[in-house]
Amino acid sequence: MSLEKSGYRGFLLTVLNEAGVDIGDVIRVENPNYTYEGTLIPRSEFGSEDCIVIKLRSGYNIGVKVTRQTKITKLRSGEKPAFIPPPQPEAKPGLRRVAVISTGGTIASRVDYRTGGVRPALSASDLYSVVPELSDLAVIEADILFSILSENMTPQHWKKIAVATAKKIEEGVAGVVIPHGTDTMAYTAAALSFAFKNLPVPVILVGSQRSSDRPSSDAATNLLGAVKAAAYAPFAEVAVAMHESTSDDSILIHRGTKVRKCHTSARYAFKSINSPPLARVKNGKVTMLIEDYRRRSPRESFEVYPEFEDRVALLKFYPGLNPEVIDFYVDKGYLGLILEGTGLGHVSARCFPSVKRAIESGLIVAMTSQCIWGRVNMNVYDTGRDLLRLGVIPLEDMLPETALVKLMWVLGQTRDPKEAKQLLLQNMAYEFSDRTLMED
Amino acid sequence: MKFDYKKLGLKVGLEVHQQLDTRHKLFCACKPELFRGEPEIRFVRRLRPTQSELGQVDEAALFEFRKGLTILYEADRDTSCLVEMDEEPPHELNREAVETSLTVALMLDAKPVDEIHVMRKIVIDGSNTTGFQRTCVVALGGELEVEGKKIPIQHIGLEEDAARKTGQRANQVTYRLDRLGIPLIEVTTGPVISSPEEARKVALAIGRILRATGKVKRGIGTVRQDLNISLARGALIEIKGVQELETVEKAVEYEVQRQVNLLKIREELERRGVREEDLAIEPVDVTEVFENTKCKVISKALSRGGKVLALKLKGFNGLLGRELAPNLRFGTELADIARFWGGVGGIFHTDEMPGYGVTEAEIDGLRSKLDCTPEDAVVFVADSREKAEEALKAVAARAREALKGVPEETRVATPEGTSRYMRPRPGAARMYPETDVPPIRVTEDLIERLRKALPEKPEALLQRLMAEYGLNQKLSRQLMDSEYLDLFERIVKEVKVSPTLVAVTLTETLRSLKRDGLDVASIRDDKLTEVFKLVGSGVTAKESIPEILAWLSKNPDKSALDAVKALNLERLPEEELRRIVDEAIEDSLQLIKERGLGAFGPLMGRVMSKVRGRADAKTVSAMIKERIHEIQSKPDPR
Ligand SMILES: [Zn+2]
Repeated sequence: MSLEKSGYRGFLLTVLNEAGVDIGDVIRVENPNYTYEGTLIPRSEFGSEDCIVIKLRSGYNIGVKVTRQTKITKLRSGEKPAFIPPPQPEAKPGLRRVAVISTGGTIASRVDYRTGGVRPALSASDLYSVVPELSDLAVIEADILFSILSENMTPQHWKKIAVATAKKIEEGVAGVVIPHGTDTMAYTAAALSFAFKNLPVPVILVGSQRSSDRPSSDAATNLLGAVKAAAYAPFAEVAVAMHESTSDDSILIHRGTKVRKCHTSARYAFKSINSPPLARVKNGKVTMLIEDYRRRSPRESFEVYPEFEDRVALLKFYPGLNPEVIDFYVDKGYLGLILEGTGLGHVSARCFPSVKRAIESGLIVAMTSQCIWGRVNMNVYDTGRDLLRLGVIPLEDMLPETALVKLMWVLGQTRDPKEAKQLLLQNMAYEFSDRTLMED
Repeated sequence: MKFDYKKLGLKVGLEVHQQLDTRHKLFCACKPELFRGEPEIRFVRRLRPTQSELGQVDEAALFEFRKGLTILYEADRDTSCLVEMDEEPPHELNREAVETSLTVALMLDAKPVDEIHVMRKIVIDGSNTTGFQRTCVVALGGELEVEGKKIPIQHIGLEEDAARKTGQRANQVTYRLDRLGIPLIEVTTGPVISSPEEARKVALAIGRILRATGKVKRGIGTVRQDLNISLARGALIEIKGVQELETVEKAVEYEVQRQVNLLKIREELERRGVREEDLAIEPVDVTEVFENTKCKVISKALSRGGKVLALKLKGFNGLLGRELAPNLRFGTELADIARFWGGVGGIFHTDEMPGYGVTEAEIDGLRSKLDCTPEDAVVFVADSREKAEEALKAVAARAREALKGVPEETRVATPEGTSRYMRPRPGAARMYPETDVPPIRVTEDLIERLRKALPEKPEALLQRLMAEYGLNQKLSRQLMDSEYLDLFERIVKEVKVSPTLVAVTLTETLRSLKRDGLDVASIRDDKLTEVFKLVGSGVTAKESIPEILAWLSKNPDKSALDAVKALNLERLPEEELRRIVDEAIEDSLQLIKERGLGAFGPLMGRVMSKVRGRADAKTVSAMIKERIHEIQSKPDPR
């Protein structure tokens, strides 16, 4: 890493440049009353503007104040550490092939010992060396599609993931595993669920809530669960594999259209909503938890529809919402609007004229509930009936995020409102369920 | 055994770890307390060795992982939140703990760093849910004078305490999360200590500084000393977890003894002409020798499909039974190593044979199968083939080390002051920045503020205790070195009672009760205060204090007044006391007539045995003396 990219700015950068030192160099920092020696480390994101960070011989980092009086001397250049990968586990003949298509997140990474930076480790050999048990499960074919934070995903990325996944499936792998940042993993899962028709094998997104540079990371167990399911599970759906609980002993496989991240930080953040999970991987065994699921099937009828229309919005209603917000979308040329209404599916009467105008302008307007759990029912109260009369489409027990993604996909396939409405209401990937069961 | 430590080149460095008594833990808002009783939360995890840039993983760590070790954590909601469970990122570094450690740094003349950076020190034995311990340097340098010698202070750190281990089964270790995250201050000296006694004195001096802040926890387990001990011809050994000050001295002494004895074993092996290439590496299957054995351990292992494997140690006969330190034989060292690396229950060796149900004939069979001469020793293990093999390979490696002298290793202290093998010495600690915790800038303003409010240095404190409370020097010192100084000052300010009585109670009385096996640490401060209130207001006599405290230690939820009532220690009304005295006098009239004041002793003893705790000795003594005088001054009726 160069000084320019190290995070040091302004005065500190000038001083370091003048001293002719680089990140990783062993330096001496002399202040009027004290002197330190250590390796120059990139600036911490939260660090003070007047301190440089050095790693002492003991391994500890400290910040050292730098003023005009400070003298910085380079003692010697840093040794550039070379990664010597551990020996590859032997390939076991007769195992199924699983494609691992990485998109980002920290499911597999290595730490830079000197600076503490995390680097992705995404080649097949890297994966084997980080999680050696993988070689007992499957023959891994690893690819890096991109390496981005999941909050930076867009429908354009979904398309690329869908195309790359389809290519691997055409090549005959037994399943596909997609490492993904967790924040928007459920959106991507929903997107892929709609993009694939007659999916022949499992496609499993996997993430980690503790990055893989930590010994306690959930990455390896999640990845092992995902690969196990991708190789051997009987279902052929898009799903998400993550921890069932805070323990490391059980991985749940959630259906891609029914899964939601429900906790900011815990391993058990992902929950199936309005549906039981699809399967569980425990003690090396995959157990199906649902009887009605799509089975593995021959590749011949597999098709991909990877287009998404991004002029679709998700609007959460709240008390006092100014209807002009709805007008804004209409005026900006949006084609669809998912409302995240209150309770059974309501927005205030004050919004009615704007909703009416939106629908009359040709937007698809559909209703989901911000309660997350449960089903919208717009027949119970006047407000619901009024909204139905205006042409708002109730989306049953579909998750608001899934509804957004589905409408993006629908409008990526057709612009005809009637056809779009029909597609939106057609159960394509178990996004609707007829029965809602009591939660555990 | 007495050693010439100077000649042996003894060098000891000390690391004192002390829990801080902060309002909450170091990285979350949980109470820094332990819980008793059943855990509300249980969960199972594994920790995976992470790779460094160089593709290296810690050998011992990797080994533990391969064994498939799982970790069972137990927690309750009072003392653990998602942070301890590693389900939520750490909150910011506890400022109260930072300020206390900076205060200690200033008292030790150390230089606080300009900016504190929290690091992750990789530890994957399960004691930290994260797989690393969060730790930081607060100050460097510094100095402490102990009896005229300057002891350099290398490092003052602040770190989170680890979870506490509560159990171990074959493949699962259990930890409680309550202790995880309690702030620990760490003070490290340079390796300049040159005798066991000096080690104790330095530990004591550091302890005094820490306690002077008034912000440290007390009771067993709240302070732990790690020792780095080396001899010129021996090795650098790290001994972890010495809990008591008194044990520090013994731990150094026994470690010197152990190293000296290991060096003697080396000399002996040299004399016997044993060379490294003579020593077997591969264990041999000797199951057939034990087919009809009466040894329970072996027959049990065999009935489970296990094997007996044996390893010949050429020229080692008699050395395995040799004592290295009290209750620690060379054979014990081999057994601990076999347990660690092989996960076996233990080993057998020929120096303790025949025994454990193994017969002379079996030993002969074993020796002849391995082609042994009388100078050779044999170590054997009964377990699954895999485990026995791993265990004996580790034993073989350790035996080869014996030819070189003392291997470097990390050991764990026993309560008696000896130590047992714990694990190989870890390579340089792998440390990464804890990117979830922002650094703390230590500003000049902060340092100035802390400097102005520094607690008294120990010598000044000693002088003040003597002057202000009229305590003698010995008692003042004891109080300073106890964990009760703060409480002493609070009680004396709050309750009208003799400071000397309070000081004696909080030092000598508590210590003697503790020696009797009572858990005096469980008596809360408010209970102790209440005891003195009861004495001060005359509800009970000061003589009853030990009994009340003993009762309270067994009934931690009850009040001091409950104790007084339960033990029937309420002060007697004066007429009642007078009645008991009169009764005793009546019974002893003859004695008084014969011996006059000489009868005082026996009378005092008799009355006090009846009223101890319910009347103070001074009043009783005055009453008895008064009555003796009365009787003596009465004219003899004869
Ligand atoms: Zn907590």
